[in-house]
This record gives sequence, structure tokens and C-alpha cells, in this order.
Amino acid sequence: MSRRLLRLTVNGRPYELVAEPRRTLCDVLRDDLSLTGTHVGCEHGVCGACTVIVDGAAVRSCLMLGVQADGSQVTTIEGLERDGELHPLQTAMRECHSFQCGFCTPGFVMTAYALLQERTEFTDTELREELSGNVCRCTGYQTIVDGVALAARRLSGTQDPTS
Amino acid sequence: MKPAPFDHHPVATVDEALSLLAEHGDEAKILAGGQSLIPLLGLRLARPAQVVDVNRLDTLTAIDTSGGDVRIGALVRHRHAERSSEVLAANPLLAAALGHIGHAAIRNRGTVGGSIAHADPAAELPTVLALLDGSVSVASKRGERAIAAADFFEGFLSTAVEPDEMVLEVCYPGLPAGTGWSFHEFSRRSGDFAVVAVAATVRLGADGTVAEARVAYAGVGSIPVRSTVVAAALAGRRPTPEVCSDAARAAAAELDPPDDQHGPAAYRRHLAATLTTRALVEAAGRAVAA
Repeated sequence: MSRRLLRLTVNGRPYELVAEPRRTLCDVLRDDLSLTGTHVGCEHGVCGACTVIVDGAAVRSCLMLGVQADGSQVTTIEGLERDGELHPLQTAMRECHSFQCGFCTPGFVMTAYALLQERTEFTDTELREELSGNVCRCTGYQTIVDGVALAARRLSGTQDPTS
Repeated sequence: MKPAPFDHHPVATVDEALSLLAEHGDEAKILAGGQSLIPLLGLRLARPAQVVDVNRLDTLTAIDTSGGDVRIGALVRHRHAERSSEVLAANPLLAAALGHIGHAAIRNRGTVGGSIAHADPAAELPTVLALLDGSVSVASKRGERAIAAADFFEGFLSTAVEPDEMVLEVCYPGLPAGTGWSFHEFSRRSGDFAVVAVAATVRLGADGTVAEARVAYAGVGSIPVRSTVVAAALAGRRPTPEVCSDAARAAAAELDPPDDQHGPAAYRRHLAATLTTRALVEAAGRAVAA
């Protein structure tokens, strides 16, 4: 069984490690790099909890091998804050009480982050569809949708950030 | 839920991949987007000793519509194809079907070639391939060949691709001008596999009657299913809602869908009739008389 040298950049910081090819990206992030903000729910691509950004695109980190991220830029939930300030998405979701037990939160935040990078204007139905790949076992969907919608309004400039 | 150990080969050329497949045969598995294979590895339903990772084969990432057909490199991600203005122009039915695949995070990784090679009978792309009589180009050290859709899907998750072959390109014929099309899918949650999905095309003659109609289904058998009765039920008739509904019921009646946790056979047949009616009415509405 071969082990492989793996170089990747996570949240702007370069890492180099040796990993078995069978390890998924979420296991590499959590166990090898101690970045435990990324949560692992179903581990077969259904729940969305492990969503991270790889080279600009949201992916399920349980459906990607760590060795496949060799040379990639990865952003995880730990990478959103700047100098101790939450990302506007995180702030909006906190204000809307988008979190119950919090297990699904990193996946929802990263999914919504990728969406907001692309566009900030969508209908309520479109937003729900975009978030439908993530599961909240507390069923707190309404406040999650509210939080992302608030962040979208603020980021698109249609609502004052302080209101 | 952790994959068994394997050797990982991040190949740089198609020839390198084919050499590994020729050497290892059944022991090797191709890893493209991984959205189907990696769950199977984790569940240990698949335990290949050799994983041939084709993600660096940039020669398989092109979409070519210059000849009228939509020729999609095996490694084209769903997201790329979904957003391609060339695909939309040449085959809007295919573009619509792509939007139904999984969720954005799945479409960012999943590949067209992988979806076709995996051959899930509830998946969108195999169904559209079957509807349009598309073809799949495969290669091995023995040579290249094109396999017609009708010969490609052999059974549940089973295709005519031999263990030493890999998919290079998937060819979807372009929709001729004036062809009406429709794609309807029902799943319990947006982005899930279809309980039933229907793809349809309708061509009208100069007098406004149906010259040709086709319907194909996902989720009603072990492979994509083409209706054998819709064409005759509609041929030469004006596609009024009543005529479409009658044809849809006849099409649904001949289906033999599975009973499983997603729905009993009778429910699937009912869904098929409803969705087929909607699809035929919509396709006929989009068709322009020749």
C-alpha cells in the first residue's frame, strides 16, 4: 500500500503531508491537519455537512480523496473570518439564529458562501433549491434560509449592513 | 465507511490509463468525479486494488458542437456542461436534464463520462442518451470503438464497456430545428435521484400533426427505458392535451417499474403517466411545424 506526498494550501496556509490514497479529503483536513471545523455526517455524499471549497468550487470533502487535492487551494469554515471578524454571512446567520445543535452548520455556511460568491440575487425557491443538498437534522431550515437571504441582501447592497 | 487500501495512479495520459487497465483488468477501477465511486469504496461495495485517477486528463475536458452534435469529453464536469451556451444552443433538452443532476457541490465534481459509465437507471444523462440514440466512444489498448446507446446499457449499473476499456467521449445528437422537447422529473427532495423522470421530443409535420415522438424514462427499470408505444399513439395526430394524455397512459401501462423504498410499482406507473402527459404537452407546445 503506497503512501503519497501531498501538498495543498488550506485557508491560505501551505501544508505538506504524507497520506494514504484511500483517505478522503475530510479525513485529511480533520485528522492530519487538525482542522476539525469541517464536520462529517453521512460520509457518502448525502448530507452536505463536509462541504468545503476546492479551487473555487463547493465540493463534498467526503467524496474526494485527499491525494486529489494535491496542488489545490482549499477553503474551510476556519478560513472565513478575517482578523477575528466573522464573514458577513456568518454574522447574518448568527443574527437569524440559523444554528441549533450546529452540526450541519459548517456545511451550510460553505454551501451558502460558494453561492454568494457567484450571485446574491435569487428567489426564495431558488435559494431553497441551492441549499437543498444540505441536511439539518434539527430541521431548523427556516432560520438558515433567513440567514443566507439576509446576507445576500447585505452583500448585494440592497440592505444596510447595520439594519 | 472507510475505503479499503488501494494503489492510486494519477495518470497523465489516456495511454497510461489504458495500459493500467490492460494490465489489471477487473482489479482496476477508473476514478473520475468520484461522486458514485467514492461512496461505493467507502461502503466497500467496490474494492479495487488499483484506482486509475483520470482527473488530470485535460484532453477529455472539451465540449464540441461544431458538427451539430454535442460531443462531450468524458471528464467534462456536469457544472461545465450545464453552463455551456453551446450545449444549450445545440441541445436544450440535454441542458435541462443536466440541471436536475444532484446538487451544485455534486455537479462541480461529477463528470458526464462518469455518469454514463456508472449507468444508474435513475440518472438523467443515460436517459437522454437513450432517448436521442446517442453513442459513447470508448478506447482500450486494442483500439477505439463507438457504442450506440441501445447497445450500451446492459443492466443495473452494467454497460458494454469492457474491463480494459475507458469512456473517452459521449455524443448527444443535436436537436433538429423545430423539435419540441421536455424533461420532467419527480424526486422527494430537489437534487435527489429521480423516482421517475421523463424525457420527450416531438417533431411536427407541415400540417401540424405529429411526425415523430419519442419518450424515455429514468427510474422505471434496470436501464433507461424507451417507450415503444408513444410514437405510434401520436403519429399523424394533432397533439392535443387529450391525445397526449391517452398516449402517456398507454406508455405508462407497458412499464414494469421496480418496487422499492422510493415507491411501489403502481405509484411509479402513475407518476410516469402524469409526467409523460406534461412532457408531451410541453414538447408539442415547443415544436414548430416543418
